[in-house]
Amino acid sequence: MDSWTEFFNMGGYGPYIWSSFLIAIAVMTGLALQSWMDLKKQKRLVSELEARAERKRS
Amino acid sequence: MAWSIHTYANPTRFMNFSAIVLPYVWALAGAGIGIGLYLSFFVAPPDYQQGDSVRIMFVHVPSAWLSQFGYGIMVVSSIVALIFRHPLADVAAKSAAPIGAVFTFLALVAGGLWGKPMWGTYWVWDARTTSTLVLLFIYLGYMALWAMIEDPNRAARVAAVLAIVGAVNLPIIRFSVDWWNTLHQPASVFRLDGPTIHSSLLWPLFVVALGFTFFFIGVLMVRMRAEILRRKVRTLQMQQAAA
Repeated sequence: MDSWTEFFNMGGYGPYIWSSFLIAIAVMTGLALQSWMDLKKQKRLVSELEARAERKRS
Repeated sequence: MAWSIHTYANPTRFMNFSAIVLPYVWALAGAGIGIGLYLSFFVAPPDYQQGDSVRIMFVHVPSAWLSQFGYGIMVVSSIVALIFRHPLADVAAKSAAPIGAVFTFLALVAGGLWGKPMWGTYWVWDARTTSTLVLLFIYLGYMALWAMIEDPNRAARVAAVLAIVGAVNLPIIRFSVDWWNTLHQPASVFRLDGPTIHSSLLWPLFVVALGFTFFFIGVLMVRMRAEILRRKVRTLQMQQAAA
């Protein structure tokens, strides 16, 4: 067996190990992205509302 | 002005402060998680009993720590929100909940994936696993309360009470492995007589945990910024509807 196959096999525990790490990376990335997109959305809403208030005043 | 805890309790100051520190927090999170991943696979040795399956610990244990760290933030913020009416306290509590829930979920999933090869089952109604599942449900209930009550001030008070009452679960999780002699192993890192994990596995664990903690703080700051702006949007909408 070459060393990479051996590495991915992880002594037979590969499927458990790789899925736990991949799920963690996917879920954490998803959480960070969702949080960041919500922040962008709120920033956009604030600037839209402020622009509308500005137009009304003038 | 003299520095006090109130210095950063002002939403405007928090927006300025978080904008400055966020890049550094993300850099530390990325470095910790990146180096931690390398250590997890290329430096940490296989366990003498569990073989390579012990590597799941590097996901499972930091996630489990942060599941309780997140709840700790929620409880402290909720108490501060109820007693001192800090303008940022309930923003912090609300923002910490989904992050804590995510890490509770990851602790359970990684625990199951570790349990299958070591215990022979993905899930067991063990004291530790059951109390951690209860923690996940408390997080979800807390988030549901915020989602259901429209007025943020009222939602903050009701949710704070739930968070504080739910805190009884924290010592139950902590001591479950001592009170009930079930399948989950007892503490092996934070114990009075010192850790029982070999240092070759322990220090990579701390590096991953540090990276995860900075990731938690980074996401918390982003969510708090979004929440402050959400309330500003609400105020502006009400002003414009009234005008």
